[in-house]
Amino acid sequence: MNDPAAPALARARELVEDLDFKHVTGWKAEHPGALVVGHLPIYVPRPLFEAMGCLPVTIFGGGDQLDVVRGDSFFQSYICHLPRSTVELGLRGSLDAFDAFVFPSTCDVIRNLSGMWKMLFPKKAVTYLDMPQNFSPELGGRFYAAELRRVAAMLVSCGAKPLESEALAQAIVRENERQALLDELQELRTKEPWRIRASEAYLATRAGTQLPAADHATLLRELLAGFRERPARAYDNARVVVVGSFCEQPPFGLIRTLEQSGCDIVVDDFQLGLTAIRGPIPLREGEDPLDSLTRAFLVQGTPTACRYVGNAPKGEALLTQIRHHRADGVVFLAASFCDPALLDQPMLEKACDGAHVPYTSVKFSENTAQFQPVREQAGAFGDSLKLWGGGGP
Amino acid sequence: MTVQVIGSETQAIKATVVKDASQLRQKRMIADHYKRLSTAREDGRKVIYTFVPGNLTELLGALDLLPVLPEINALQSGMRGKSAGYIAEAEKAGHSEDVCSYVKCDLGMQLKGNVGPTGEKLPDPDALLLSYTGCFTFMKWFEILREQYKCPVLMLHVPYQGDGSITAEMRRYVVDQLRNEIVPALEKIAGKKLDEGELSRRLAASRRAEDDLVKVWESGKKRPSPVDGYFGGVYYVGPIFSAFRGTEEAATYYKELRSEVDLRAARGEGPMTPDGPMGKEKYRLVVEGPPCWTSFNDFWHMFSSEGAVVVASTYTRVGGLYDTGFRHDPDDPYGSMADYCLGCYTNLNLPSRVDLLARYVKEYEADGFLVNSVKSCNSFSVGQLQMMRMLQERTGVPGGFIESDLVDSRYFGKANISNRLQSFFQMVEARRARRSA
Repeated sequence: MNDPAAPALARARELVEDLDFKHVTGWKAEHPGALVVGHLPIYVPRPLFEAMGCLPVTIFGGGDQLDVVRGDSFFQSYICHLPRSTVELGLRGSLDAFDAFVFPSTCDVIRNLSGMWKMLFPKKAVTYLDMPQNFSPELGGRFYAAELRRVAAMLVSCGAKPLESEALAQAIVRENERQALLDELQELRTKEPWRIRASEAYLATRAGTQLPAADHATLLRELLAGFRERPARAYDNARVVVVGSFCEQPPFGLIRTLEQSGCDIVVDDFQLGLTAIRGPIPLREGEDPLDSLTRAFLVQGTPTACRYVGNAPKGEALLTQIRHHRADGVVFLAASFCDPALLDQPMLEKACDGAHVPYTSVKFSENTAQFQPVREQAGAFGDSLKLWGGGGP
Repeated sequence: MTVQVIGSETQAIKATVVKDASQLRQKRMIADHYKRLSTAREDGRKVIYTFVPGNLTELLGALDLLPVLPEINALQSGMRGKSAGYIAEAEKAGHSEDVCSYVKCDLGMQLKGNVGPTGEKLPDPDALLLSYTGCFTFMKWFEILREQYKCPVLMLHVPYQGDGSITAEMRRYVVDQLRNEIVPALEKIAGKKLDEGELSRRLAASRRAEDDLVKVWESGKKRPSPVDGYFGGVYYVGPIFSAFRGTEEAATYYKELRSEVDLRAARGEGPMTPDGPMGKEKYRLVVEGPPCWTSFNDFWHMFSSEGAVVVASTYTRVGGLYDTGFRHDPDDPYGSMADYCLGCYTNLNLPSRVDLLARYVKEYEADGFLVNSVKSCNSFSVGQLQMMRMLQERTGVPGGFIESDLVDSRYFGKANISNRLQSFFQMVEARRARRSA
């Protein structure tokens, strides 16, 4: 029987695998004069760009489908793979249709890459977006709002529409609709992981990093209908959380390998950029929507390795996630040389130890091609969870 | 001369050479500081762990708080041959081989009892002051330490100069954090109110020391240079990067150092090296990146034995970029502390770093520049290959590239580095030959 979700999944996959960004060129042809803003992971406030008539597009490097030739010559061997393939994309002209680039404050690599980009592509508008690590509205909030206004001014100087409150409020509403659908997708996955595989959820989510929020919402609605409609059989797999791949992305084959090894990935952080704000962004009567966007970042931010957690216990958010999604164990899946994920991991492992949650860890690069060891490791982990049971906080 | 390792140890290289008075003074200062730390609990003094870039030593001093700098402890462990064991200890405890070796060395030292370079146990922190200047790893480092020590972290978020300048919003953000969060939290720990007069007095002492340090750096423009601005330079920055900026003894140290350097310059002498006085100055270099601490003297010898002197370096600017004009200001304590944090070298964007290096090459009349890229430090290392290309284009002088690590000796390949340096010196010679032809 035909899979009712297949056509939408195929469209999502096409968007995810389009390393020449033909969809970006197509969007520009349909929106003459509008700007495309490329950004590196993890998070940027997408409604800000959409309100100015821009299309924000996340650049995740070249994955395992790009032969990195020149990009390697810019980086030492001990630096993660994402910047290599990103520079390769830039040098081979794949990003020529982009008008501006925003480098968010994710880590030292992306931070320094912003300066490299300025020197490599001097004709493009390039800026670094500093997210506050102080979450007081009067301190970090005021600074962040000023940062957003600065970025908006830069885009206006490139030809974007000026930022207007009404347009921003509407963009936030569209973003909230998309978020509600992503939540629905996650809920379905948690409840019936056999109905929607992690690799499918991955495509469904990541496609949204290439689309306006409203178009992504349309795609998600179609996908959700297809997933619900498709015949599905429950499998007795172990339920795991995957943590640590929020920036450089694991190869698609690696995600498939994990799910084929007896593990149902009930939740992951692959596409953290789209879920970096928890819940809808509230719009308050009489309030500047820019302040709403700022406040959402300060108080609704998802805990990540790149966000200072204050004096709250480290790992608390992971344990909550494990409980909420009824996971049996954790797979730590960090990119090689990813400082935030790898420095975070021992603290998260300690939290798991304290709560008797089993875990295993795997490292990858976006162009890793050997999956058999991962299959064996994850398979053994899944078996152990089924045989001896997972823990649980 | 005896080369002083930052800390209490000395390595007698040439017994016939006499130490400078400033070296003896620095040694005393450091020994006294570690002594104070070792008795801090008995003396009822509070201890703050913090970082070199963006350190707020004057503020801590004005509140009678004692600073401990884990980076300095790590580099000292590297120089004393202890880092390999400490790193192994941290990796056994689950820390990845991919991450910063300073972090692992510090954690390993803690797991082994937290004994400092003088052999005395370091006190646990009362708080961790996370100044966050120019390095994301700092945040993770102190999150890990917080788990170990169960003490509060005081976060001072310092924005990056992504577009190459300090904006009014950035400055205000840092000033307001200092005024509204950092100072009140430190006052609570110290159990007393900040005496702003004392803070200003300390900032004035900093300013005097900074003036003298800049004169020492600028002496590298002379021929021959009386200083080595990298290998020797790391000793010169010892007091101002660590626990002493803002003290009268640091101001005295820099005054003394400056007169010693002036005297060497007047006599036409080159810098002192681990092998004694430097011979004829053959190559004048600018160096980007931190040194390799585990093989520091070997590394230095590879340069000095070839007559290569480092006339300027960027590593010696990570704890403060004074030779572009910044000074702490007793009349604007909060503003100048903010400017200091925002202005440290690794908080500059890459184009600004290239500008600074190009300026050094020109003003110090360098024959070449060299990048020592360390595996541990993405903040320094990402982009250095491109920086090298840009510098070559802009200055026309040859660039060299070597790789090592801060305190992980597994990444110091002596033969490989030596070969690369030899090739680099040949490039410098070839350029000279072309120019004189």
